[in-house]
Amino acid sequence: MAYLRPDLAAIAEMIPHGARVLDIGCGDGALLEHLRTTKKVDGRGLELSQQNVNACVARGLAVIQGDADTDLAEYPSQVFDFAILSQTIQATRNPKSVLGHLLRIGRRTAVSLPNFGHWRVRLSLLLHGRMPQTKALTYAWYDTPNIHLCTIADFVAMAQEEGADIERALALSENGRAKPMRAEAWAPNFFSEGAIFLLRTR
Amino acid sequence: MGPKFLRPLTAPDAEKGQAVQFGLDNPLTLDSGRTLAPWTLAYMTYGALNAARSNAVLVCHALTGDQFVASAHPVTGKPGWWETMVGPGKPIDTSRFFVICANVVGGCMGSSGPAEIDPATGEPYGLSFPLVTVRDMVRAQAMLRDALGIEKLLCVTGGSMGGMQVLQWAASYPDRVISAIPIACAARHSAQNIAFHEVGRQAIMADPDWHGGAYQLQGTQPSKGLAVARMAAHITYLSEAALQRKFGRNLQSRNGISFAFAPDFQVESYLHHQGMTFVDRFDANSYLYITRAMDYFDLAADYGGVLAEAFRGCKTRFCLISFTSDWLFPTVENKRVAHALNAAAATVSFVEIDTDRGHDAFLLDEPEMFATVRGFLNVVAATQGVA
Repeated sequence: MAYLRPDLAAIAEMIPHGARVLDIGCGDGALLEHLRTTKKVDGRGLELSQQNVNACVARGLAVIQGDADTDLAEYPSQVFDFAILSQTIQATRNPKSVLGHLLRIGRRTAVSLPNFGHWRVRLSLLLHGRMPQTKALTYAWYDTPNIHLCTIADFVAMAQEEGADIERALALSENGRAKPMRAEAWAPNFFSEGAIFLLRTR
Repeated sequence: MGPKFLRPLTAPDAEKGQAVQFGLDNPLTLDSGRTLAPWTLAYMTYGALNAARSNAVLVCHALTGDQFVASAHPVTGKPGWWETMVGPGKPIDTSRFFVICANVVGGCMGSSGPAEIDPATGEPYGLSFPLVTVRDMVRAQAMLRDALGIEKLLCVTGGSMGGMQVLQWAASYPDRVISAIPIACAARHSAQNIAFHEVGRQAIMADPDWHGGAYQLQGTQPSKGLAVARMAAHITYLSEAALQRKFGRNLQSRNGISFAFAPDFQVESYLHHQGMTFVDRFDANSYLYITRAMDYFDLAADYGGVLAEAFRGCKTRFCLISFTSDWLFPTVENKRVAHALNAAAATVSFVEIDTDRGHDAFLLDEPEMFATVRGFLNVVAATQGVA
């Protein structure tokens, strides 16, 4: 089995066999292909980068070039068992509306995101006074696609505002291990590099 | 039996293809309300149909295309129009798939069309040939498929008007089409496209040699009008960037401009050449009929204006391809189809290929298009157990 990014591996574990899945920001299709081969998942993808879309289609995946910020409105409600947004929400223009659409389109929604509350980020800003660049967040401030970075606490608050129940929350450590966390707790927001949430509309 | 050709065959070694004759008992019912009987559909096949009859791929040709998709054209002797895509080891691999391509009804390469003899009068149909639509073309191909004894098509593909036929196939016969690759097309012809077609038709009809469509009886051919139509249309198949790259303002002569109206610029000579070679292989009335069929195409109109309804419950797997510099069938039109398919919960992929070659890119060497088609067909073939 090919290498799967840790957050994608953790999401893959949440998906049941044979589910209908929409992966928004599916990249080169690694997760969709993994789900197809290991779980016989009926998967669809939406991806902004045409190069990535072409890679997906050449792998035989059903992927459309499109923009989460503008195209999700056209999807009917509750047609997918799972909507997935991995490492993408921080790059959208309107994260709240994107999450709202995800919760509407999928019966469940899995979101993974980098945690801007990680101690390295906090320390970097505190010590250097410059926009943080870390192992997980490698871009300079002026060329980053991550225009809406947030902390775990920020995301939890927004999910609650959008009327989502957090069914599962996983903290992602620097060495790529995912372990269950209490979403509202102080420690994961400080010690984990990223997080994965499984949500459903209340 | 083979099709009858209107024009002298200048490539005697080329395969002539086959034709099915449908008798009076097998009329083609047309959208116009008229019927065509007896009638003929000329076609070519490549590769072999497997024992399970599960490896058939139908290729639909564009406005001025024909059935000679992967073998020499019997009139011009030039290679098949899609030999980059179709052939042994090509993305549509004829060593795996049984490829069928039929000349559209209304065409001029052996299928029933305005230049053929009307059996009722013994004279060429001319304008008495009934108007045909894209749906009529597909209906005719479906009868060919039945005649060949093929239940389901592994894939239906084509570019431009060929892509329109692909969409119509999926809408008309969703259970018979396992996968579909519509390329550089749209679910409707735009006002701009209709406008360009009308320029072409008017050029043909303004040629005194057209004789109200009865030029065959006069022993003439509206070559000038047809050439102008082709020249105007050809511009729409390219892009501003491609024309600039290929020709710029380059002159024909080292001596500079001529202060006359002979072609000074290379781009003029190129268009003249395109027009002149076209009239050797294409019938002017066919051009009128087929452009009209494209103008009339509006798939959503048959489904209460809602395109998604055309694909409701459709189990066909789609792979849509568009090109960034195509302004005849721009990406936005292809995307409209993709969204409608999504809304209908169909399985759809959509790829936009970055190229400056305009609409004609689908006929050219575009490695990303080949990789996409190859990858998509591999997966489809695997799901159907096609080796």
